[in-house]
Amino acid sequence: MIIAERKPFDELKSFIADKKKVLIVGCRGCVTVCNAGGTKEVGILASELRLDAAKDGRELTVDEHTLERQCDPEYIEELLELVEKNYDAILSMACSVGPQFVTARYPAEDVYPALNTCFMGGALQHGIWVERCQGCGNCIIHLFGGMCPVSRCAKSIQNGPCGGSAEGVCEISKEVDCVWHLIATKMMETGQAETTFAPVQPFKDWTTSRDGGPRKIVREDLVK
Amino acid sequence: MSREVRTKSNLEKVLASGQFAVTGELGPPRSAARDEVTEKAKHLLGNVDSVNITDNQTAVVRMCSLSAALILQETGLEANMQMVCRDRNRIAMQSDILGAAAMGINNLLVLSGDHQKFGDHPESKNVFDIDSINLIKTVKMMRDDRRLLSGQEMAEGTEPRIFIGGAFNPFADPEDYRVLRVAKKVEAGVDFLQSQCIYDMVRFKKFMSRAVDMGLHEKCYFMAGITPLKGLGMAKYMKNNVPGITVPDEMIERMKGVPKDKQVDEGMKIAAEQIEEMRTLPGIAGVHLMFIEWEHMVPRMVDEVKIGPKYRK
Repeated sequence: MIIAERKPFDELKSFIADKKKVLIVGCRGCVTVCNAGGTKEVGILASELRLDAAKDGRELTVDEHTLERQCDPEYIEELLELVEKNYDAILSMACSVGPQFVTARYPAEDVYPALNTCFMGGALQHGIWVERCQGCGNCIIHLFGGMCPVSRCAKSIQNGPCGGSAEGVCEISKEVDCVWHLIATKMMETGQAETTFAPVQPFKDWTTSRDGGPRKIVREDLVK
Repeated sequence: MSREVRTKSNLEKVLASGQFAVTGELGPPRSAARDEVTEKAKHLLGNVDSVNITDNQTAVVRMCSLSAALILQETGLEANMQMVCRDRNRIAMQSDILGAAAMGINNLLVLSGDHQKFGDHPESKNVFDIDSINLIKTVKMMRDDRRLLSGQEMAEGTEPRIFIGGAFNPFADPEDYRVLRVAKKVEAGVDFLQSQCIYDMVRFKKFMSRAVDMGLHEKCYFMAGITPLKGLGMAKYMKNNVPGITVPDEMIERMKGVPKDKQVDEGMKIAAEQIEEMRTLPGIAGVHLMFIEWEHMVPRMVDEVKIGPKYRK
């Protein structure tokens, strides 16, 4: 899923410094699962903003609404009735796709991202999320023992580990596992290090990645 | 031992003749001061066979390695121009290789490159389009197949005749995989390899013995990286703070055992002993003297162990 985290409170506060009526829109997709922008988080942010405004003696109305998803026009459409209430600002608590879809549908609205969209990954345990994919568009993790060097190696190298790998961690931080250490160890343990894994990996073709420009998928069988 | 010579490289000529080669290292200035390059070069001239010119090492902005390499070559020394994968995509790399060869660069040493997190622009974007092993393959293809990665051919005699270098680190992990990664570099077409700074001789010898067993030393020249310890402080720093460098406790104890004003001499003595051992270590074709910001000590070292151009017949 897409992992996001809420922006610092002061930044969110600065977005609405001169606003009197604000709508916070949550999303029941990925950001609910990663505890960043679901109904619960919308409620927390709304309370924080209300309390802060009361403390400063500012007039502020904050409404809350959570959509099924913000990455689908049919759900964005549901906002129409609310938008007609003329908010001074809309804070979207979805990944960055959400505020972009909201703005595209309601161009007259002042829409702000309330989250920082961080990466595609999963939870190691409750409260800890890690990156596992960069969406390069051509998955080859089966060549690397089921691990992705594009997203998990700081240098995205295809023939690792580099000289900065020591004691299983990456040169950039002792907190970051060296994925190439894990890959190489697995290859040695499974007896592939000197056989199937021995050849030099081919040059990575980045055309399917972001480097080929913004991407789009058209499924003719689904398009009406 | 004598091997085929494929380039105009002086370093290749020395290595192919079976003589014990000596390379040095020079870090370009953090300015446009060409004098700093020529000043450092003075200490190396006549003492080494060629000199590595680092490419924005530790991700700190410096004069580009090609320009510094050309300034160095004006002094009569030969450059091993370094190129890292951090700052260039395959378009820029091939372009710079063509330009370097056209300007008389014979040796190119390719590396992944330190992550920019360590440097003076941690907020920058990195490239890492291809890695060091694929860069080795790129240079080999340009030289031996006379083709660019696109398939574009170069007319005979217009291809870059580059002696291809790489790095190896027997002290990084996983230890057992290190020699296999070197085998990949050899398969990719590397001609010579220089090691990370060696302090742990036991681990280094173990590594070389495996490399020799695999016959890698017959396909590529291995050069041992030597950096003298300047004192106890440096020994401890290298041990604790530099990823991929191991300093054995015995060496720390040995530095501790001498008074502070004699530690430089002790560090030089240890390095001299290492060089002596390297001269007869199977598979080792030379030493790479990484006297970082300590170039003026190179003449003393080569005179002490009697290596380098002036001690050859």
